[in-house]
Amino acid sequence: MDLTRLEINRRTALLTSAAIAANVINPMRAFAQETPKKGGVFNVHYGAEQRQLNPSIQASTGVYIISGKIQESLVDLDADGKPVGVLAESWESSADGKTITFKLRKGVTWHDGKPFTSADVAFTAMNMWKKILNYGSTLQLFLTAVDTPDPQTAIFRYERPMPLSLLLRALPDLGYISAKHLYESGDIRQNPTNLAPVGTGPFKFVKYERGQYIIADRNPDYWRSGAPYLDRIVWKVITDRSAAAAQLEAGELQYCPFSSLTISDMARLGKDKRFIVTTKGNEGNARTNTIEFNFRRKELSDIRVRRAIAHAINVPFFIENFLGDFAKLGTGPIPSTSTDFYPGADTPQYPYDKAKAAALLDEAGFKAGPGGARFSLKLLPAPWGEDISLWSTFIQQSLKDVGITVEIVRNDGGGFLKQVYDEHAFDLATGWHQYRNDPAVSTTVWYRSGQPKGAPWTNQWGWEDKQVDATIDNALTELDATKRKAIYAEFVKEVNTELPVWMPIEQIFVTVITAKARNHSNTPRWGSSSWHDLWLSA
Amino acid sequence: MRILSLAGRRLAASIPTLFLILIGVFLLLQFAPGDTVDALMAQMGGGDAATARELRKFYGLDVSVPVRLGNYLLHLVQLDLGFSSIYGKPVATVILERLPPTILLMTASLSFAFFFGLVFGIIAARGVNKWPDTLISTLGLIFYATPSFWFGLMAIVVFSIYLQWLPAGGFEDIGQAQSGLWRMIDIARHLILPTLTLGLIFLAIYLRIMRASMLEVLNLDYVRTARAKGLDETRVVMGHVLRNALLPMVTLIGLQAGTMLGGSVVVESVFSLPGLGRLAYESVVQRDLNTLLGIVFVSALLVITVNFVVDLLYARLDPRISAEG
Repeated sequence: MDLTRLEINRRTALLTSAAIAANVINPMRAFAQETPKKGGVFNVHYGAEQRQLNPSIQASTGVYIISGKIQESLVDLDADGKPVGVLAESWESSADGKTITFKLRKGVTWHDGKPFTSADVAFTAMNMWKKILNYGSTLQLFLTAVDTPDPQTAIFRYERPMPLSLLLRALPDLGYISAKHLYESGDIRQNPTNLAPVGTGPFKFVKYERGQYIIADRNPDYWRSGAPYLDRIVWKVITDRSAAAAQLEAGELQYCPFSSLTISDMARLGKDKRFIVTTKGNEGNARTNTIEFNFRRKELSDIRVRRAIAHAINVPFFIENFLGDFAKLGTGPIPSTSTDFYPGADTPQYPYDKAKAAALLDEAGFKAGPGGARFSLKLLPAPWGEDISLWSTFIQQSLKDVGITVEIVRNDGGGFLKQVYDEHAFDLATGWHQYRNDPAVSTTVWYRSGQPKGAPWTNQWGWEDKQVDATIDNALTELDATKRKAIYAEFVKEVNTELPVWMPIEQIFVTVITAKARNHSNTPRWGSSSWHDLWLSA
Repeated sequence: MRILSLAGRRLAASIPTLFLILIGVFLLLQFAPGDTVDALMAQMGGGDAATARELRKFYGLDVSVPVRLGNYLLHLVQLDLGFSSIYGKPVATVILERLPPTILLMTASLSFAFFFGLVFGIIAARGVNKWPDTLISTLGLIFYATPSFWFGLMAIVVFSIYLQWLPAGGFEDIGQAQSGLWRMIDIARHLILPTLTLGLIFLAIYLRIMRASMLEVLNLDYVRTARAKGLDETRVVMGHVLRNALLPMVTLIGLQAGTMLGGSVVVESVFSLPGLGRLAYESVVQRDLNTLLGIVFVSALLVITVNFVVDLLYARLDPRISAEG
């Protein structure tokens, strides 16, 4: 890989202010004075079709990328990453944190003409978020009722205190509202509306041709006057990454979201003036690469071995040579993009030190045998991305240098989850931890004991730590935002010390978009957002 | 009538095979770790154990393997292929939607490969070891050795990105809804590159077989007799050699109809065509057993049909092979 060339691209891709160079920021300034133009078709790459499209019952970017334009959430994040009302206009929490009241927007109608009211909110929260929605069912575990004194007020009642800041961080993803009148009869999962979503958003669903495309058109009655600008959005189902890059270049696509192209194509297109390649607009979709340890292996239950493994891997070298501009050194489970919770790098870290790794292994009693070998481990990489595959090979080679033989066992998605999180048939596993803006939503389940067997992306390591459990539980009911941040800093310290999972790489999804797009990537979860202000210049 | 009874017997003979294949695939998929709920969890990016339990019940995965197999076969004899868990629709509907692109692509590339393989094979055989033969054989070897995904991507780069003559992917233009003749032309334009990509590899095989078979037949006694009668070369080739040389080609079609169904996964992915190959791939990854078994069933039927037609063609080409035999 040609690193000197990648260097140029690093600047276009990285968010850090020092690195933002002329390529990205200047064109944006230049078009700030342009008058928004109505019209145009926006073609979006859709890599993996989902089984259904309702974001109230499935929290994943594969759903938001489509239905985020059709259905709306109570709140979204603004350009600075602060919660901003969408279907909710204002909110307040009672002093004990057990009652949270949302005032809803007036004059909003569903795409079928019926008015949007608090009844829709209550129905969605109680029947979808609490019962079906992944992550939502955990978040809303202690939600007991949603009262609707009038059509513009929804009062959420909790059995235990719910920190308002946690709820507001979670709701942009886990707060999508569905229409009660379309869902109240029959099984929600089998409702045909799930494949022909009806919402309040700027675009109206038109057609879904499985395996080919989805179309949504401008909603002329949208509540934000003048919006949206685009006439139509088309999502094209293209499973082959290289083919998607080719279609982008042929002008048949305008946007490839969430790192949907190969690393080499993204690096190449970053040098092409027709496209913008950036991580901006995806800060809300940060992820970390993991090394997950199975404590059922006696070697790995020894903390010195886990630390030795962390020390044995030269992460900066890997990032520089394989991931280039699209990743940075991680410091634990809370990524640096999470301004509200990032505790800094002042927690236990494991910089590359081969001698120290060897010494730790010796100390643990795993002396090098003939040929330098100490013991062997089975590593299961998740199949989600090119980076994981490269990373697993890198782990294998790094550990070989300190005498640990690693056998890589590859699986497809279902197989990986089953073997790691249900059958525990792994020694080491590696994949992504997807951070969802608040550790309580996405992260603490990786460490809290008592996770039921088979729940993916949870603590299935055979590891339990009473102190960590207590810290996690404290944060869950702490209403004061500053104190919560401090508790999570403590949490990171504890888990970085114990190291049941090591998260040494941070990544943000990469956007590849036509240079003609305006008002793009302007919020931390832009790919999932409603695109009501997106327009295309001539 | 004779043909009908023959068809009936052939079909009856293939039913046990079909069942064995289905049971085999069913059991094979049980060995793959994870089920459709694991796959769904992977897609959703996580969920809790209660959700998983609920979903397993919803997809009917809470009963034992033999019971599920029994249920499936029971439904199958009633010609019910079951319900697809990824699509939430009956499997028969899902497959029927995906069948036209696959059949179009398959027929187009088989015809392309057969026709040009035939022509180039004849040309090569008639000028054996001279420059047309060398040229054709070299090209054939290159086509045969090129991986189809690479060929497809290069075709897109040249014809769609640089020359902008043809669309880079998809089955038809989504921008404007067309009907009748215009839609046909539009679909044809979208299928040119995939057909060439899929057809070129097969073309290489056909032309090699045709060349070899022509060379063999050209040396037979009756051809010498024909020449001795004073027939000109064209009539010798067309009237006497071609028909006999065609037999191995026809055999090959029968064999390759099945391969083409499988081989099109790559081409369908590269050109984003909504065909059976991609559907099968997705069903495996998503552990959608019903859909996968449905595809196996339909593909088996297709292969049986094609082979039946091939048998009939044999009899037509060479009267010594009777359909009864």
